[in-house]
Amino acid sequence: MTDRAEAIAVENLHKRFGPLEVLKGVSLTAREGDVIAIIGGSGSGKSTFLRCINMLELPSAGSVTIHGEEIAMKKDGHGGLVPADRKQVQRIRSRLGMVFQNFNLWQHMTILQNVIEAPVHVLGIAKAEAIERAETILRRVGLFEKRDAYPAFLSGGQQQRAAIARALAVQPHVMLFDEPTSALDPELVGEVLTVIGDLAKEKRTMILVTHEMKFARNVANHIVFLANGVIEEQGPPEEIFGAPKSERLKKFISSIH
Amino acid sequence: MTVETSTVEATALTELPGGRAFLKPHRIILLAIAVIAIFCMAWFMRWDWIPDYAGRLAQGGGVTLLMLFSTCILGFLFAVPLGLVQVTGPWPLKMLARTFCTIIRGTPLLLQLWLLYYGLGSLFPQFPAIRDSFLWPYLREAWPYGVAALTISFAAYEGEVMRGAFAGVPAGELEAARAYGMSRWKVFRRIWLPRAVHRALPTLNGETVLQLKSTPLVATITVVDAYAVISKIRQTTYLTYEPLLFLALIYLCLTAILVVAFRTLENKIPTRGA
Repeated sequence: MTDRAEAIAVENLHKRFGPLEVLKGVSLTAREGDVIAIIGGSGSGKSTFLRCINMLELPSAGSVTIHGEEIAMKKDGHGGLVPADRKQVQRIRSRLGMVFQNFNLWQHMTILQNVIEAPVHVLGIAKAEAIERAETILRRVGLFEKRDAYPAFLSGGQQQRAAIARALAVQPHVMLFDEPTSALDPELVGEVLTVIGDLAKEKRTMILVTHEMKFARNVANHIVFLANGVIEEQGPPEEIFGAPKSERLKKFISSIH
Repeated sequence: MTVETSTVEATALTELPGGRAFLKPHRIILLAIAVIAIFCMAWFMRWDWIPDYAGRLAQGGGVTLLMLFSTCILGFLFAVPLGLVQVTGPWPLKMLARTFCTIIRGTPLLLQLWLLYYGLGSLFPQFPAIRDSFLWPYLREAWPYGVAALTISFAAYEGEVMRGAFAGVPAGELEAARAYGMSRWKVFRRIWLPRAVHRALPTLNGETVLQLKSTPLVATITVVDAYAVISKIRQTTYLTYEPLLFLALIYLCLTAILVVAFRTLENKIPTRGA
């Protein structure tokens, strides 16, 4: 990785759920244009790690810096951390497009309303302009015809594409994907991966947690293998998949093939 | 895969069979019976009193509607925080809300009404401070006690409904709202509340109809609503059934209007038939 600006810098992140330590000091830097795939077995802490980046999960220790701005944290009195400035977290979140495993589209809004919600009501963009942009984005993900449909009437793949459109609409600095295809029927996975793959080609900064190894290998420029709450191994996809060094990673790769 | 655009199965009131369907034998017979019944009521019963009391009936109906709408709206405004604190509130508030709902839902509305009117209402005059206050002209009347009792009752029942509705909004949708940088208040206003209200609409519909039919209780504390007017008519005309049948018709019409209005609201956001 060269001299591109740092988009996300996570340092020594710890996360405890009661007595269980899920993340035991994870550090990761994503530069502009990086596509980082986080892989690992279930319970390895990869989703928790992703959710700590935008403070949906509060880390127990460590720091998160986004675009050079460190999220200010303070002690909460129970041995954990809470954001010191809620406004700062909201501002930072508003430019991180998150895509969830279960889509989490707002069911009482049409697809278009879902896509313009954050631009209009969080970023304060004029509605007409937001609609115009949203329609361009929806055309891109192939959902322009469905803009006035409610999420419940869409297939899982369409819902996830709508969720990606919602993330794109905030013109995110970084996109976070939390197992975007895990809740989909096998035949719907392709259409979502195609959309994400296209975004990766545009050199958008993305961090994605995924089980789709082939996909991770194709789109990511950096793979992080998480096991037992620590980064067991990381590097370019050819190395990780072609010449794994650690025993765990070898086992993991052979178990999924 | 066919996509069902239907909402929850509609009731008979809004889903009348089409023109052709009326020609089935059992429907023809039922229709005939209805026509005969209406004819008998119109022909053999006395309805000549209606024009004499039309003005008072309209006034009574107005009071009934006013009672219904004011108490439903006020009650709902109280129900939202009552439901919300039961889902998210700190425990003292949670306990307070739960206790309130339990007590109000556990006692008859008539009892609450009388406790307010005959109990509280008769205590007030003993305090000069209250008698001299600007509120006194209102507190001397009966209707504030009626509004208060019906509002409290509606708030308690709807507080429970809203608790369930708030709790039933998928956590993921709220999380998505936070992930896009919404403040707590914005999450509530843009996502949580509208989602919860929409989920609660079918229940609210039924509760509003029940509330309509609770309003005659205010006649027992001298508020002159539709029911009180009809009682008066029965006393002065010595007619037993006609005014009561007319009253039934009034409530039926109001119920039908309420049901259709709520259905329209519900259909604004189609839900997928399970």
